[in-house]
This record gives sequence, structure tokens and C-alpha cells, in this order.
Amino acid sequence: MKELKFDTLVIGGGSAGMAAALEVSKRGFSVAVVERENSMGGILNQCIHNGFGLHHFNEELSGPAYAEKFIDMVESSNIKVFLDMTVMDMEETGDMKYVYGMSGKTGMIKFCVKTVIFANGCRERNRGSIGTPGTRPSGVFTAGLAQRLVNMEGYIPGKECVIVGSGDIGLIMARRMTWVGAKVKAVIEIQPYPAGLTRNIVQCLNDFNIPLYLSHVVGDIHGKDRVESIDVIPLKNGVEQKDKSFNIICDSLLLAVGLVPDNELAQKIGISINPETNGPIVDRQLMTGKNGIFACGNVLHVHDLVDFVTEESERCGKYAADYMDGKTFSDQYRTVPGQNIKYLVPNFYSPHRDNKFYLRTMIVKNRAELIVSVNGKEIFSKKLKHIQPSEMISFSILEDTVGAEIISECRNNTLEVKIV
Amino acid sequence: MSKIIFDIAIIGAGVVGAAIARKLSSYNLEIALIEKECDVSFGVSKANSGIIHGGFHHGSEYLKSKLEVQGNRMFDQLEQELHFPFRRCGIIVAAFSIEEMKTVEQLYLNGIANKVVGIEMCNRSRMLSLEPKLNTDVVGGLYAPAGGIIEPYRFVFSLVESALKNGVKLFTEFKVVSAEHNSEGYTVISENGNIVHSKWAVNASGLFADEISNIFNAEKFKITPRKGEEFLLDRNSAARTEHVVFPVPDHVSKGILIIPTVEGTTMLGPTAIPQDSKEDVSTTSVNLGMVFSSARRMVPSISQRDIITSFTGLRPVLESGDFYIDISKKQKHFIQVAGIQSPGLTAVPAIAEYVKDLVKKDGLILTEKSSYDPDIEKLPRMRTLNPEEADVLIQDDPSFGEIVCRCESVSEAEIVAAVKHGHTTLDGIKFYTRAQMGRCQGGFCTDRIIKIVQRETGLRYEDITKRGKDSWLIEDRIGDIKVNSYGSVE
Repeated sequence: MKELKFDTLVIGGGSAGMAAALEVSKRGFSVAVVERENSMGGILNQCIHNGFGLHHFNEELSGPAYAEKFIDMVESSNIKVFLDMTVMDMEETGDMKYVYGMSGKTGMIKFCVKTVIFANGCRERNRGSIGTPGTRPSGVFTAGLAQRLVNMEGYIPGKECVIVGSGDIGLIMARRMTWVGAKVKAVIEIQPYPAGLTRNIVQCLNDFNIPLYLSHVVGDIHGKDRVESIDVIPLKNGVEQKDKSFNIICDSLLLAVGLVPDNELAQKIGISINPETNGPIVDRQLMTGKNGIFACGNVLHVHDLVDFVTEESERCGKYAADYMDGKTFSDQYRTVPGQNIKYLVPNFYSPHRDNKFYLRTMIVKNRAELIVSVNGKEIFSKKLKHIQPSEMISFSILEDTVGAEIISECRNNTLEVKIV
Repeated sequence: MSKIIFDIAIIGAGVVGAAIARKLSSYNLEIALIEKECDVSFGVSKANSGIIHGGFHHGSEYLKSKLEVQGNRMFDQLEQELHFPFRRCGIIVAAFSIEEMKTVEQLYLNGIANKVVGIEMCNRSRMLSLEPKLNTDVVGGLYAPAGGIIEPYRFVFSLVESALKNGVKLFTEFKVVSAEHNSEGYTVISENGNIVHSKWAVNASGLFADEISNIFNAEKFKITPRKGEEFLLDRNSAARTEHVVFPVPDHVSKGILIIPTVEGTTMLGPTAIPQDSKEDVSTTSVNLGMVFSSARRMVPSISQRDIITSFTGLRPVLESGDFYIDISKKQKHFIQVAGIQSPGLTAVPAIAEYVKDLVKKDGLILTEKSSYDPDIEKLPRMRTLNPEEADVLIQDDPSFGEIVCRCESVSEAEIVAAVKHGHTTLDGIKFYTRAQMGRCQGGFCTDRIIKIVQRETGLRYEDITKRGKDSWLIEDRIGDIKVNSYGSVE
């Protein structure tokens, strides 16, 4: 078995992995990226629609075009990329990490590295995750799989579709299926409000007269061999109104019911997971509970926009380089999500450094206020025009915002964030 | 072409038919194994709980008890020959009241009467030391160390592979619609007009054994499907137990079990609801709550968050509650093997022996085949190898290094092997390799599998199915239809 030494191994060559690897490499460290597909870019490669890069590049790009910009940078750097390679296992002794990656071309390679960055993204929730009852015919696809079949392979998985979930993936697929000649008969959303961006509701549903059923769920799937129809049940105050259920004839059901960070390997080596995000618990430097092991992008928490993934991952790359330069900070305290907050990343902050936070709220509200306090004393607040669970919120607490008079050795110095 | 007259035709390629076919393939016989679905193990057997039972649930007056205990003992040798995933993890029955302990004692006495080795009564602390995840309210229970778990479909696939290796002819998509008996034997005709001639016939058709018996003009009986819903939990579930955990049974079924599957997931179920339809394998939302509350009573850490999928199996139940394995009294050279519900999987090696003795008694001449080879090739599975072993394998065949299913670490070589063994549907490949069976349920690998099947078989994309018949996957291809700029088909 071949052994290779690098300073850093990045698991995943999508938007997160490429951004992190580039930053580590810029600091003069040797970096390897392991990617299981035959090209870098990750899920961007199948997202052929526009809307990427408005924040990061100040221009509107397709997914592959956004990826291409990073692929070019990686290819002109010293980063060593291993394509078609799957990480099979990982272990650590002292400061060294050993990662086993495998491909047909290379056989099994043992990577001996100082730092590992998890950047391997998320997977889709599926029928099992949402417990949809009924028969188990062919024709039930996750939206991402359907997107790959259509955009990468040119296969059309059905002619009469119903889409479950009005998140952006569901909306984009409603338009995509229409464009390839399928009839999209309905988009079903369990919440009383759409989960996706407003621009996508307009451009993907309204422009094609696709009905959106808010506060509805799929009751049953019918069909022995292939999907023949589904039952749709309206909700009233969150309760199923079974007497008002109706049937939609269709040959396929596309499930766009959320994403889950893919953390099996991290869990296997004993990294603690935040049950709210399904991503690792990380400190201010996005380092997991294990020294030298970092996480960024959708494997840490599911992001709305790739631009945010890039921002977070570039920081992660810098932090990993800082760690190898011996710059670590012991003056870190916990962060906790308070009122109306679903989760907050990272799980620690440092009062003497800049801290960047991403969070999701649990409520829909206009004119809300985000309030940050330490030891019960408000240190920062921010007005928010409109908030909803599907839109990630970010804010920064800069160096010395938390004054020396607030931090106390006899208090826990926890930073609490709430939205009112 | 001259007409082949088989010595014996076995109707049904589930676990029962497959085991009988393999057993008989050790003799000098021409054997036809007939299946209505497009692949073997696609009926009752695919949704089996996979438990090798401990021989204590039923009294010694039942045929099924005798065969269960005999069958249980035969699995070690079968595993060595056929390499299906199997582990004797042991079975415990957990009681939560003094009343339930009385039933446990009856189970213990059943086990003793059935001559089960190693069965024991356990007090509370022994139960908790055997299975620390049990609810601490447990009062006591039963421990049967010889109980175990297997992958049922892999067991069937291995039995069939062995049978085919020893000369059995397999006929799939052969739904029997008529059977005539004349001086030469049976002429069995399928729905699509194919014909098999044979001197003897075995009815191993699971849920449809009553209908097949009628077609053969043999005994009248009724098979009532009893529905069993199962829920599968992620590999990382904190609730995975060491043993198969049973509640104290009631008079209908063995109750909701916690099954640490042999391949690392955890399964909860099955429910037990009689129904009329032999086709309805739908799941319901009502039963989900029932299954979880029953299972959580035994192991409180079980969480609905860990569900990766659910499915339904149907048990073929006879009114007697026992197996019906006998030479037909109405029809010549016809062997009934019906009502093979739990513990059918456990009993099946013994059922095959029993049927072999019956056909011999009925006049079929059995002479041992000198060329009979009980062993099949052991296929490497990437997920079971350490890095060094994997590296050696990849040097030999690079396609072992290409992972297709990331959740279950299934390599391209394993998918190709499935196709080469005749499993060309997505479900067939799933049952053979576990690809699509993990937490993403095929979200990442379905497109890759479709491509490999196309490459290996030459099938067109529209001919690839989930499980045969009308279970198509791909409707069309971009470019085959014309769309105008408004998104309408021209």
C-alpha cells in the first residue's frame, strides 16, 4: 500500500473543498484533495441553472461556471488532486492523521497528514426520512438524483411529476422537468409558506403555471410497479384533514425534502455532532472536537448559497494554516442559540478575535431584531427586515466587541444569540 | 429440438423452492426451478426479517418446531459453503412484568422440549448485562444463544447460484397458469405461453400456494397473507443492540422485534395484520407509531430520526398455523410445501431434507451425483476488507477500487458480479450487493448503476427496471422530444 505525506488532506473537491484547499496552499503548505467523482465541482456540476456567484464574484453564473473558476485556480496551484477516489477509513495517533483513500487507478493510498478538512457536503433526505406511506413502486426519486439524471445523463425520469418540497431544489426541478417536456402537476409544501427563494417561486412556478400547495402533505403513494398516483392531504393548523384529501395522477414523485450533512466518517472517529445541524461541533476556527480536524461547507451545516460556502471554507483553510503555524486560541467560550434560533455555527467564540457566525431562525417575521449577549449583557444587535427559517442569517462579532469588563473568570462567558 | 422432460419442477424460487432445488441438485435429476417474478427471492423472501430463530416459540407438537430446531443447526455448514452473511448473535426475550415472566417460562419449557441447546432463564441483572441498552424496567427474560441473523435475499441468491451450478434450470417470469397431468407427467404452462414438462412437481409458491394447488387440481386450502411492516434504522443508530430482542409474544405473532441486522443496520418490526390482498405491500403511517412505541418500551434510545426506509412483507399463513409439507393425496407426484411462515427461514434447510425424503417415498429415484459441488465462489466485499486487503484486490482488478455506493461501500466489481449472476434490475442488484440499501437509498448511485447495467448487458435505458414488469425508471431521453421556448412540447 502506497503512503503519501501532505500537510493537509481535504476530503471533497466541491465548492467547499476547493476554497479551503486554495487558502491552505497559499500559505505554503502541501495539500491533497480527494474527490470521489471524476471531476471537481461537486453538486455544482449538475446545477446548470443560473444564480450562483452574485456575492462572491459579483456576477450571475451557472453552477458549472462557478465551479470552473475554482477548478482553474486549483489546477494552476500546487494542490494535488485525486479524482475518482473514495475515502474508506481514517485514524489518528498523536498529531498525525492517517486517511485511507482508494481508487481503481491508484489502489489504496494511506495519506499521512497534520490536518484534515472535511468538505464532503451533504446528502438528500428521502422517502424513509419523511416516512411517506404507501406502496414502493419505481418512480420515486430524490430531486437531486432526478437533476443528475436529467442534467448529466440526459435521462427523463417521468412525464407527469409531482414535486414534494418547495425548497430551491424542488422549485428548480419543477422548471427543469417542464423544460424537458414533462408536466409538473403540483409542488406540495408542508409549511404554510414556500421554503425557497422568492425569485425561484416566480421564475420556476408562476411563469409556468405550476400549482403550489402550501400546508399539504403526501398521504399515500399508489402503484404496484410504477407510481400511478398520490394522495395529497391538506393541513389545518398542522393537522391532517383526511376527509379533504385528493388524488393526483402522476408517474413520478420527486422529493426535495431537505439535506443532511454526511458525517459518518467523522462520527466513526469520535467527533461530536451537533444534533441541530447534523454537522460537527466546531470552535471559532471551525476545528472539530479533534485537534487538527476541521469542517466547512455543507458537511458543517446546510447553506443556502454557494457563495456562503466559499466564504466559510476560505476561512476554514486559513484557520487550518493558522493551526499548523501554531496559532491556536485557548480563550474560547461557548455560544448558545437562544430564543427563536434553530442553530448557531460555530459553537465557540473568542472575545479577543473576530468571530463570524451563521445561524438559522425558527420563525417567519418582518422587522425582527437579532440580539447578542454575554453574561446577560447585550453586546451587539442588528435589525433584520425579514427573516424565515429557509434563509441563513450571518453576523460578525469583531475583536474586542466583548469588552474586558464583561468577561469574567467566575462566569461561563457564554455568548447567547436570540431573535425577537 | 427434443422435448426436455424434467424429473421435477419446483414452483417458486423463494427461499423454500431454492433450498429444495439445491438439495435435490445433489442427486442425478433434471430439475426446473420456476419463478413468476423476473428474479429469485422477489416474493415473500425479500422482506423477511432475517432471523434464525431459537426454537422456543412453539411447542413440540408442531412440525414447524421440529424443522426449526433442525434447520437452525444446519446454518454453520451452509454458511461455509454458500458465504451469505450470517451471525449467531443470540436471541433474548425481554419481560416487563411478573405475568410476562410466566410466558417466558413457557417459552423456556418449549425450548427444552424442542431440545434447544444453551437456552436459559435470566434474571433482571443478567438481562441488563447481556443487553445494556434494554429498558431498566426489565424484569427478566430468556436467552437463546443459538439464535442468529442472516441476509435472507443473499441466502436465496446463494442457494440458487449453487443449484444452478449443479445443473438446475431456472425459469423466471414464468407465472404458472395451467398444469395438465398425463402419462408423461405434468405440462406446466406460463402466462406468456412457455412450457415446462416434468414428472414431479413441488408447490413452494408462498402466498400463492393455494392458487397453485388449485391449478394442479390438488388439495383445497387457503393462504391468508399476514402483513408485516419493518423499519430500517441507520448504521449509526445508538439503539443497535447486540442480540435480537423479542418482546414476550402474544397469541398472534412474536411481536415487534429489534433486529441488529448482520450487515450493521438495525431493523424494527414486523407488525402482524391479516389482509386479503396478496399484492398489497403498502406501508402505513399508523403502524409507524405503534412499532416505535413497542420497540422503545424495550430499548428507549430508539429514535425515529434514524429511519432510513420502511417496507412490508407478507407471511403466507395457513389456518392450522403450522407448515403443510406432504405428498398430495389428491394429485399424483405433487408435493405440497405450504404455509411456510415464521420460522420458515430457519427451518428451510430441514424443509429441503424433509421434501427430499418425501419425493423419495413417492417413488422418485435418488442417486447421488458424483459431480455435485456444494461450494460456490466467495465474492470479495469491499466493506469487509482492511486497507491492505483492499489494496491487494485492486492491484488485481481495479474495478474493486471504484466505489459506486458510498453508504454501503459497494465497488463497481461487485455490481458487475451481480449483473453476471443474472441480477439486472435495481432491486436485484440491491439485494445482491447492498448498493442503494444505505442511508441515501440510492440517491447518489442509481445513475451509476444504470450505466453499469447498460454497459454489461447492452440493455437500453428504457428497458432497465426497478424490479421487472412495469417498474421502468427512465421515460425518455433529452433530444428525443422537441420543446419550444415556452416549455411546451411541440
